[in-house]
Amino acid sequence: MSDSLNFSYLVDGENFASAGQASVQVKKELRQLGIAPETIRRVSIAMYEGEINMVIHAGGGVAQVNVDDLGIEIILKDEGPGIANIEQAMQEGFSTAPDNVRSLGFGAGMGLPNMKRYTDDIQIDSTVGVGTTITMRVNF
Amino acid sequence: MMKINEIIASGKFSAVSVSEPEREIGGIYIGDLLSWVMGRAQADNAWITIMSNINIVAVASLVDAACIILAEGVELDAAVVETAKAKEVNILSTPLPAYEAAMELSNLRK
Ligand SMILES: Nc1ncnc2c1ncn2[C@@H]1O[C@H](COP(=O)(O)OP(=O)(O)OP(=O)(O)O)[C@@H](O)[C@H]1O
Ligand SMILES: [Mg+2]
Repeated sequence: MSDSLNFSYLVDGENFASAGQASVQVKKELRQLGIAPETIRRVSIAMYEGEINMVIHAGGGVAQVNVDDLGIEIILKDEGPGIANIEQAMQEGFSTAPDNVRSLGFGAGMGLPNMKRYTDDIQIDSTVGVGTTITMRVNF
Repeated sequence: MMKINEIIASGKFSAVSVSEPEREIGGIYIGDLLSWVMGRAQADNAWITIMSNINIVAVASLVDAACIILAEGVELDAAVVETAKAKEVNILSTPLPAYEAAMELSNLRK
């Protein structure tokens, strides 16, 4: 689409303290575009969950956000260990998060379920040993 | 309805980082697991937690919470307070446990 807007971010897998910055930045950009607050909230929460997952489980990655006439697309791509059983990973409460991450309040196994809940479409493409690409859409 | 500055005026809650004193609070959510908060808290909630790491600032911002209320006298590192101020995330603290803090807010609302 000719008038689509694209943002991309590098998600640093080393720096846990700054995890989530891309999502906070996207929230700001979308607000400037005058997008409805409820849509922004859904996009930024879903993206944050995916961004945190890339930091915790995959050593970082790349986030891309595309805005077109119909809605917002979020693509999260990493070269981490991959997800062996996607169906299991999507279940509420399933988590492989290590203890140090749990002590920060992560590891409830609710991230992927939240991503599904807050978006209109989610595609998870993952190969063990190669990486994971998650594509989500939120329609206007 | 109640505003953040009204909660502070009650004397049971103190300001840690307040950028929007006039912001109205609609409802309360209590929880420490961040993905639960993101899945269940609603915009304009006061979020009561004992979590103090930097990630609470992003979570509060993304769910559009009216404020974070740190229960049990939990304290924040200076860097977290700085980030909260920069991101205009409102944070209060109270020595009360989460349940009593929520009761107090509920009484104030009357
Ligand atoms: N990008 C990823 N790469 C590899 N594994 C992943 C990735 N994202 C999720 N997973 C796997 O899926 C599981 C479930 O993810 P989910 O986000 O639902 O929960 P969590 O991250 O463990 O905890 P929470 O999100 O509640 O803090 C993870 O524990 C991990 O095993
Ligand atoms: Mg997660």
